[in-house]
Amino acid sequence: MELKEKLVSSFMAFEERIDVNSDLHELRTLAIKNFENKGFPTKKEEAWKYTSLNSVLKNDFSVFPKNENSIEFADVKKYFLHEIDTHKLVFIDGVFSSFLSATTHDGIDVCLMSSALNKPKYKLVIDNYFNKIANKDESLTSLNTAFANEGAYINIPKSKLVDKPIEIMYFSTGSEAALLVQPRNLVVVGENSHVQIIERHQSLNENPVLTNSVTEIFAEKRAIIDYYKIQNDNLEANLIDNTYVSQQKETNVSVNTFSFGGNLTRNNLNFYHFGERIVSNLNGITIIGDKQHVDHYTLVQHSTPNCESHQDYKGIFSDKSTGVFNGKIYVEREAQKTNAFQKNNNILLSDKATINAKPQLEIFADDVKCSHGCTIGQLDETALFYMQQRGIPKKEAKALLMYAFSNAVIESIKIPELKQRITTIIATKLGVKLGFDL
Amino acid sequence: MLSIKNLHASIGDKEILKGINLEVKAGEIHAIMGPNGAGKSTLSAIIAGNENYEVTEGEIFLEGEDIADLAPEERAHKGVFLSFQYPVEIPGVSVTNFIRTSINETRKANNLEEMPANEMLKVIRDKSELLEIDRKFLSRSLNEGFSGGEKKRNEIFQMAMLEPKLAILDETDSGLDIDALRIVANGVNKLKSDKNAIIVITHYQRLLDYIVPDFVHVLYNGKIVKSGDASLALELEEKGYDWIKNEQEV
Repeated sequence: MELKEKLVSSFMAFEERIDVNSDLHELRTLAIKNFENKGFPTKKEEAWKYTSLNSVLKNDFSVFPKNENSIEFADVKKYFLHEIDTHKLVFIDGVFSSFLSATTHDGIDVCLMSSALNKPKYKLVIDNYFNKIANKDESLTSLNTAFANEGAYINIPKSKLVDKPIEIMYFSTGSEAALLVQPRNLVVVGENSHVQIIERHQSLNENPVLTNSVTEIFAEKRAIIDYYKIQNDNLEANLIDNTYVSQQKETNVSVNTFSFGGNLTRNNLNFYHFGERIVSNLNGITIIGDKQHVDHYTLVQHSTPNCESHQDYKGIFSDKSTGVFNGKIYVEREAQKTNAFQKNNNILLSDKATINAKPQLEIFADDVKCSHGCTIGQLDETALFYMQQRGIPKKEAKALLMYAFSNAVIESIKIPELKQRITTIIATKLGVKLGFDL
Repeated sequence: MLSIKNLHASIGDKEILKGINLEVKAGEIHAIMGPNGAGKSTLSAIIAGNENYEVTEGEIFLEGEDIADLAPEERAHKGVFLSFQYPVEIPGVSVTNFIRTSINETRKANNLEEMPANEMLKVIRDKSELLEIDRKFLSRSLNEGFSGGEKKRNEIFQMAMLEPKLAILDETDSGLDIDALRIVANGVNKLKSDKNAIIVITHYQRLLDYIVPDFVHVLYNGKIVKSGDASLALELEEKGYDWIKNEQEV
C-alpha cells in the first residue's frame, strides 16, 4: 500500500484511539480530506520544483510506533544545551518522555500538546490558537493536523520574561524499521513577554525517519521570540518543518535555522503580520555534504504598514549536496513603508554540488524599501592565499573562511552557550581543530 | 638567504616574469622598484607561493633549499613573510585569534609546542606597542573596516609577531599617511637584524627615506634592468620611469 493510502486508512483507527467527541474532530476530518485530495507534493508543483519526496516516500513507514521506548539521559546529553538550566520537552518516537523532560506550570505553561488538546482548562487557548495560522490548504500541514496529537505546548502569559530557554527535543530510536512522526507544536507568547526556544530533531540510529512537523507561533503585542532550529541529523533522517508565525503589533520574532545534516530537509517558514511596527528575522546557515538536500522555502507576508523583515541565509555545499532557497516577500497594498530585505549567499565547494536560489518579490504598495541579493561563488582564493601565507594550512584556512562567511548569522544567536555549540558543530563539520574556539 | 635564478613565470598565456636573477643575503635590505605592470607584485606572490602563477623556468632557493614546489603555508613555516598590498578582511576572526593560530600552526610545523597563552599575550602587548597599536584594535575582526593605514600597520604587526627570516613588503607605503608611514618604517627597522632579510617593493622612493636599502633593483617588463645602491632610487625619483623605458627601447 502506498504511504498516502496507508495514512488515509489509518486515520479512522487514529480517531478511535483518541477522543472522537472532541471539537477537533471536524478540523481533523477536513484536514485528512484535503490531504487525500492533494496527496504528497510532487515536483510538478512550483513550490516543490527542486525537492522530490519520492525516494523518501518509498519507505514503509510505521504511522504509530508499537512500543514506548526509553533512552538514558547520559546517551543523549550531548544533544541538550546541558551547560545551562533549561525547560525541556522531550519526545521519543513521537511519545512524550516525562523522564527526560522538565515541564512547568509555574507562571507559564511548558507542557504537552496531548494534555492541552484534551483538558478543559486549556480549551480557550486551543480554541483561539490551534490551527489558526497554519495553512489549511497545504497538504503536508493538513496531514499533520489530521494526526495532530502530541508535541510541545508553550503558553506564556503577558509580561513574562521567561528565565531560561525552552528546549524541544524529538528523538527517534529506530525501534521501528521506518518511522513517520508528526509533531505538532503550539507557542503562544503574551503581550510584552519574551521567550527563547530551541527545537531539535535527532535520530539515534540508521533506520529511516520522516518527520512532518507543524509549529504555530503566536506573538501578542510587543512580544519577543527567539526561536532556534538545529538540524544536524544522520543520513537516514528526513524532516519537513512547517512553521507558521503570527505577529501582532510591535513584536519581534526571529527564527534561526541551522541545517547541518539529514538526508532531506525542507523548511517551510511563514510569517504573517497583523499590526504595525513588526520586526521579523529569518536567518539560516546550511552546511551540508554527501547527497544531502536542504530546501528553505520562506514567506513573509507584509500586510500592515511600517514593518520590517530581514532574511539572511548562508549556504555551504560540498560533494553532491543540493540546496534550495526560495524566498518570497509579499507586500500588500496597505503595507506602506515596509522595509523588507533578503540576502542569500552560497558557496559551492564541489563541481557536483548544486544550489537553486529563487527570490520572489511581489510588491503592491508604492512606498516601500525592498531588496534581495543572491550570490553563488567559491571560496575567495586571495583570502585563502593570505591565510596560507601566514602559516595556516589550507584546510584550516578554508574552515576559517567558511566560518567568516557564516559569521553574521552566528552573531545573531543570543544564547551564548548555543552560539558556542553551533560554532563547535561547524568546526566539527569542517573537520578542523583550531587553536581557539570558532 | 634568498636566491632566485632565471625565474620565468606566467599567468595563463601571458608571460610576466622573463628571467629574474636575485641574490639576497641575511642582513640586507633590497628595494625593488618599477613602473606599474612591471611584475613587482607577481614576483612577491611567486616567492610566497601563490598558485595562480605558473613558474615555467628557473629556481627559487631559501637558505639553499629549493622551495619552488612548496605550498604557501610551508614556505611561511620556513620563514617567508609577505606583507600584502591589499590585506584581506576576515570577519568574525579577531586579530588576536588570527595571529595566535598563525603562530601556533608555524610552531607546530617546526615541531615546537604551542606558545603558552600568557607568553602569547606578553608578546602581543610588546609588539603592538612597537607599532603603536591600540589594544582595542586587537579584538576587532581581522582587517574588517580597518583604514588603509590600519591594515598596513596590522601587516607589520603580524610580521613582528612571526619574526620571519625573509620579509617581502609589497607596496606597504601605499595608503599610508606620513605619520603611519613613519610608525611602520620604524617598526620594520627595529625588526631588522643581521639574521633576516627584507625586500621592499615600492613604486615611489618615499618609503626608502625611512627604510634605507642596501640595494635597489629596477624591474621593467619582467626583468631586472638596473641594480644599484640607495642612490638609484633617488635618481629614479628625479628622472621618472620614462628614463628606464627609453633606455630599454633604445
